[in-house]
Amino acid sequence: MDIAQFLVQVLNGVQYGFLLFLVASGLTLIFGIMGIINLAHGAFYMFGAYVAFWLTGVTGSLAAGILLGLPFIIAIGFLIERFAISFLYSRDHLYQVLLTYGLILIFNEMQKILWGTDFYSVPVPEVLSGSIPLTENQAYPVYRLFISLVCLGIAASLYLVIGRTRLGMMIRAGASNREMTQALGVDITKVFSVVFSLGAALAAFSGMIGAPVSAVYPGMGDHILIISFVVVVIGGIGSIKGAFIGAMLIGLADTFGKVLLPELASMTIYALMALVLLWRPQGLFGRPAT
Amino acid sequence: MTKTVTKGASRRQFMTGAAATAGMAAAASFVPTRFAIGAKAPVKVGIMLPFSGTYAMLGNSITDAMKLRIEQAGGRLGGRPVEYATIDSEWTPAKGQIKANKLVKKDRVDFVVGPVHSGIAMAMSKVLLRDRMPIWIIPNAGNNLLTRDHCAPHVFRTSFTNWQSAHVAGELMAKEGVKTVVTCTWKYAAGIQMMEAGKASFEKAGGKVIKEIWVPFPDVEFQAYLSEIAALKPDAVFSFYSGGGAIKYVKEFAAAGLRDTIKLYGPGFLTEGVSRAQGEAAEGIKTALHYADNLGTPEDNAFRAAYKKAYGKDPNVFSVQGYDTGSLLLQGMAAVGGDVGARADLIDAMETATFYDSPRGVWRMSKSHNPIQDIYIRRVEKGRQISVGIGAKQLEDPGTGCKMIA
Repeated sequence: MDIAQFLVQVLNGVQYGFLLFLVASGLTLIFGIMGIINLAHGAFYMFGAYVAFWLTGVTGSLAAGILLGLPFIIAIGFLIERFAISFLYSRDHLYQVLLTYGLILIFNEMQKILWGTDFYSVPVPEVLSGSIPLTENQAYPVYRLFISLVCLGIAASLYLVIGRTRLGMMIRAGASNREMTQALGVDITKVFSVVFSLGAALAAFSGMIGAPVSAVYPGMGDHILIISFVVVVIGGIGSIKGAFIGAMLIGLADTFGKVLLPELASMTIYALMALVLLWRPQGLFGRPAT
Repeated sequence: MTKTVTKGASRRQFMTGAAATAGMAAAASFVPTRFAIGAKAPVKVGIMLPFSGTYAMLGNSITDAMKLRIEQAGGRLGGRPVEYATIDSEWTPAKGQIKANKLVKKDRVDFVVGPVHSGIAMAMSKVLLRDRMPIWIIPNAGNNLLTRDHCAPHVFRTSFTNWQSAHVAGELMAKEGVKTVVTCTWKYAAGIQMMEAGKASFEKAGGKVIKEIWVPFPDVEFQAYLSEIAALKPDAVFSFYSGGGAIKYVKEFAAAGLRDTIKLYGPGFLTEGVSRAQGEAAEGIKTALHYADNLGTPEDNAFRAAYKKAYGKDPNVFSVQGYDTGSLLLQGMAAVGGDVGARADLIDAMETATFYDSPRGVWRMSKSHNPIQDIYIRRVEKGRQISVGIGAKQLEDPGTGCKMIA
C-alpha cells in the first residue's frame, strides 16, 4: 500500500467513524447516560429512514423532509417514554429488554403496513450531489463529507450540553441517583422524557440523513443496533467523548481490517472491543465501577 | 374453503383466513385415503419464505405470483382445493431446520415451497431430503449443491443455479473486450458459487481475475473496498449483491467515480427488483439472468398484465419463479388427479413437465430437477431490465455429482 492509498483509507476510516458516531449518538444518551437498555434503537433508525423517504417524496426536498419528520419522531419518543418506559425505571433491566424488543416488533409491523416490503432510496440533494477528485480514478462524494460535518456538530453540541449546561447537570445527576436528584427539587420525570425523546430523535435523524448514501428497506436497523452498542461500550458508558473516540477507533479498525486482513474482516471490531475491555473493563473513558 | 386466499389479499387477511379454515381442515384430515381425497380434502401447500427483513420483498413476490397462477387455474390442484400453511423463514439459517420440521410434523403438508436464501435451503435440506418427506419445490435459492451432490427425486427447483447466470455473465465480460477483472462480493454460499462460475468462464475465454475481494455478509460499508478497486485499476468488476446491499453498492460505485473508468458486471440480481431505487447509478449496467422486463411474448405480456392488475406493481424475476412454481404444482397434480399418494407418478409428471406458458420463455426440468432455460443479457435502461440478446440458449446446469443423472 503506497502513501496515497494509505491516506485514502485513513479518510475512509475516519469517515466511517463519523457515521458510526452519528448512529450511536442517540444510544449514548439513552443507554450511556440514562442507563436504559434500548433495543429499539435500530428500529428508530429504520423508522427515520422511512419517514425521510416518505416526506422527501411528498415535499421534494430532503431538508424539508427532515424538518417535518423530526417533530413527529420526537413526539413518538416522548409518548413511548411517558406511557411505557417510565414505569420501568425502578425495575430490573430485563423488563426494559422485553419492552424495547416488543417495540422492535411493533415498528417492523408498522413499517410493513405503511410502506410494504419493497426497496426504496432517497436521492442525494442536488446541491450536495457532486464529487471531489481524490486519486486519478477515484472521487469522494460531497454528501459524505457533509455528513461528517453534521456529525462533528452533533458531537460538539452533545458534549457541551451534557458537560457544561444546567440541563446536562440534571441529566447526569438523575442518571447516577434518581431519588436524590428528585429530593433536591428537580422534576426528574420531565428530564428523562426530554432525554429519551432526544435520543430517539437522534437515532431517527441518523437514519434520515444517512438515507441517501444507504438504501431504505426492512430490517435495515438490525446491524445498526449491534454496532451502536459496541461503540458505546468501547467508549465507556456515559461518556460522549468516549463514544466519539470509540466510533473513530472502530471506523479505522474496520477499514484497515478489510484491507489488510480480509479473511478476518467480520471480526476486527469485535476483537478490538475484546482487547479494550480486557485492558479497561469500564471502557476507554468510563468511570470504574465502585 | 377453496377461497383461502383471494387475489391481492394481504398476508394478514390470509393469516386470518387460514386460521378460520384450519379447524375445518383438521376435521378433514382424519380421512387421508384415496377415497376420501375424492371427497375434496384440501391439498396442503407449505410456504416457507422471508416475509420480514431484507428479503421480504422476494418472499412476497414469489407467494403472490404462485397464488395468482393457481387462482387463474380455478384455485384447485388436481381438482382439490388448496390450503396454505405459511411460515416466515426470516433471513438467517439458524431456525431453518425447526421451521421446516414444523411444516412437516405439525402442519402435515403435501408440498413445501421455499426458501429464498441458499443458507436456509441447506438448513431445510437436513429435514426435507429424507425419504417420504413432502415434495419440495425451491422457488429461488440457487445453491448449486441442491441439484448437484444433494439432488433427490422429490426435490425440484423452479429458479436457477448460482452457476447458470454467473457462467453467462463471465463469458459476457470476455466478449466485450474486458481483460482484467476484480471480483467483489458477499462471502456466503451464493456469492462464492457465482464468483467461481464467473471466474471460470471468464478465464476460459482468455481473461484474468487479478484479485478476489470478499465482503463479510451482510456488511454494506463498501468504501474501503472501492478504494482498493480504484488502486488496482482493473478493466471491470464482477459482483454479486442483492436487495439493500445491491442498492448501496451500485450507488457508491457510481458516486466514487469508478464507473468512468471501470465497468461493472454481474449476475442479474445486482439490479433485479432494485434498479429503480438505484436510479441513475444503475443505468447501462449489463447483467445476465433468466428473465428481463421487455421479453414481449404473449405469455409474458399476459402475465405482466395480470400481475399488475392483482397487486398494483410490475413483476420481477422472483414473481416469475413463483408463477412457474404454481405451474409445476398444477401440472403435477393434474397428472395424478390430485392424489399425492401416487408419489412415483406425481414425481414423474413434475419431472417431465414443460413450461410453455412461462413468462421467461419455454423451459423444462433437467434430470437433476433444475430449469433448462435461456439466459438473457440485460442492460438497465430507465430503471428497466432490457434484454439485448440471449447469452446462452437452453442452458443446463452440469449437475455434477447428482446420482439421478445416469
